[in-house]
Order: sequence, then C-alpha cells, then structure tokens
Amino acid sequence: MSTLWVTIVVVALASAAIKASGPVLVGGRDLPPRAVAVIAMLAPALLAALVVTETFGEDRHLVLDERAVGVAVAGLALALRAPVLLAVALAAVATALVRAFV
Amino acid sequence: MSRSPGIDKTERRAGGYLAGARAAVPFALATFALGVSFGVLARSLGWGVVAPVVFSVIAFSGSAQFAVAAVLGAGGGAIAAVLAAVLLNARFGPMGVAVAPYLKGGPLRRALEGQAVVDASWALASRGGGRFDREFMIGATLPQGVAWIVGTVVGALGGDFIGDPEKLGLDVIFPAFFLALLAEELREARAIVVALIAAVLALSLVPFVSPGVPVIAACAAAMLGLRRSS
Repeated sequence: MSTLWVTIVVVALASAAIKASGPVLVGGRDLPPRAVAVIAMLAPALLAALVVTETFGEDRHLVLDERAVGVAVAGLALALRAPVLLAVALAAVATALVRAFV
Repeated sequence: MSRSPGIDKTERRAGGYLAGARAAVPFALATFALGVSFGVLARSLGWGVVAPVVFSVIAFSGSAQFAVAAVLGAGGGAIAAVLAAVLLNARFGPMGVAVAPYLKGGPLRRALEGQAVVDASWALASRGGGRFDREFMIGATLPQGVAWIVGTVVGALGGDFIGDPEKLGLDVIFPAFFLALLAEELREARAIVVALIAAVLALSLVPFVSPGVPVIAACAAAMLGLRRSS
C-alpha cells in the first residue's frame, strides 16, 4: 500500500512542479521576440504530435486500428466545414461501429 | 447596470471564464468517461476508493495517472511509475512557459494558475502568434477537473455503467478534437510545415522511447519559428 501512496504523492508534486516552473521562472516578463516566435509554433507542433501519437501509438508500438478510421472521418468532416462537435461525434461513432462490426 | 470601467473589466473577465468553461464542456464529458474508467481500473488493482480519488484530486493528470496504474499494475516499482508520469507530463513545461506572460500575481499565484495548463484548455486558449487567453484557459480547465474527479469517484465506487469507453469510440474524442484545434492553428505555411515535422518526428520516435517522450521531442519542430520569414 505504501508504494502506491508514495507514488501518488510524488507524481502529484512532480506534476505540480512541472506546471509551476514556467509561470514562476518567467514571471510576468514579456518573453524575448525570438522565444515568442518559437512559442507561436508550439501549438501546431504539440497538437500534431498529440494527434498522431493518440491515433497511432500504443505504448511503444505504432498501430493502424479503429482509431485511425475515426480520426480520418473527423478530418474529412472538418475539411467539408462540418462543425467541430459534429466532426468529433462522427469520429466516435465511426470508431465504435468499426469496432463492433468489422 | 453600472458603467464604471472597473465593473466592465470584471464582467469581461467573468465572461472569459464562462466562455472557456462552455468551450470545454465536450472535453469534460469525455474526461468524465475517462475518469470513470480510471476509477474502475484502480478498483480492479485493489487501490480501494480513497487512493484513486485523492490521486485525481491532487494530480489531476489523466495520462500520467493511467501510466502509473499501468506500471504499478504490471508489478513495477514507484520509481518506474513516477518516471513514466513525469515523461508524460514534461510537455506541460514548455506549455507553461508559453502562457506565463499572461498569468497574474506573484510567484505563488502564478504557480497556482499554471496548474490550469492541460492540453485541451491550453490549445483552446491559444490565440495565435504565441498569445493566450488566461481567463479562457482557467475557465476551460475547471469543468474538466470536476469531471475527472467525479468520474474517478463514480468508477472507484463501482459505477461501471459506462462499460468499456473504447466500445463507444470515446478514445478518439481527444485526437479528433486536437485535430480540429490543429486545423485552426494552420493559418500560415510555416505552421503547416511545423505540424508535419512534429508529426513525423513523434511517430518515428514512438517505437524507441517511453510514451510522452515523442510529444516533448516533437516540440523541437517549433524551433522553425526562429527562421526569418521572407
């Protein structure tokens, strides 16, 4: 039991420290223009990485499964200018259907 | 209705929190389902009710908590579990730097406000050009936090009414949403190149490193922002 509690507390502290580090170290200062230029590109980089790892990643393996179908459906819906919520709902439905019937 | 500028400012700020909370509702629903499945998983590992709920309250970190459950459940030790969680959460470091100029108060308050950084809220609050909407981000995190904790309680108490979230395709909700948020970020050619490099980098690293590392490594693609636009 104590292993669990030690882990819980340390993970919580580490997680809080990681999230606090940027705001505390940078403070209220404006970042230098070069840093802002990099940060402006952080969202596309992070989001792209999250999309592909959450779609094709399974621990340390790359897999092509029902998730890819759902995300592809969402991409198609978004390309056709569907509202975001509809695109996401279609993704979930497509993935669920493929899992159930294929 | 008073027209004093102070009140206008407060109203606008309250509106920002509310808009963020509203935008996060779909994420909160998905987070609730994930919270239930985390509670159920913790129960199956013999964690009882208190430990998983305390974990969700003080860590509030879905991917890290699932990783801890996976490592400990497979017989791994505390150090391996903590390491897995830290690697998964490392991305919050650069994300926190990005929002830092928009937070308020002294170091303690900034540290506290920084806790509101979670993937969905951070991306929703991104206003392009490296700017962020503080109120929107905090507002977006609150319903997700509540959903995660309540979901964990329900799951840990045995409320396994959702069954396998994967059966309902709920696991694609996050990548599908992130795809939608990504599409909005791709306004200039440079962002498209950065996204492509990041995607290739992340995918090519998946087989070789621990989960979480591919995402943090893909942040390097943002360095392309340093290239002078011609």
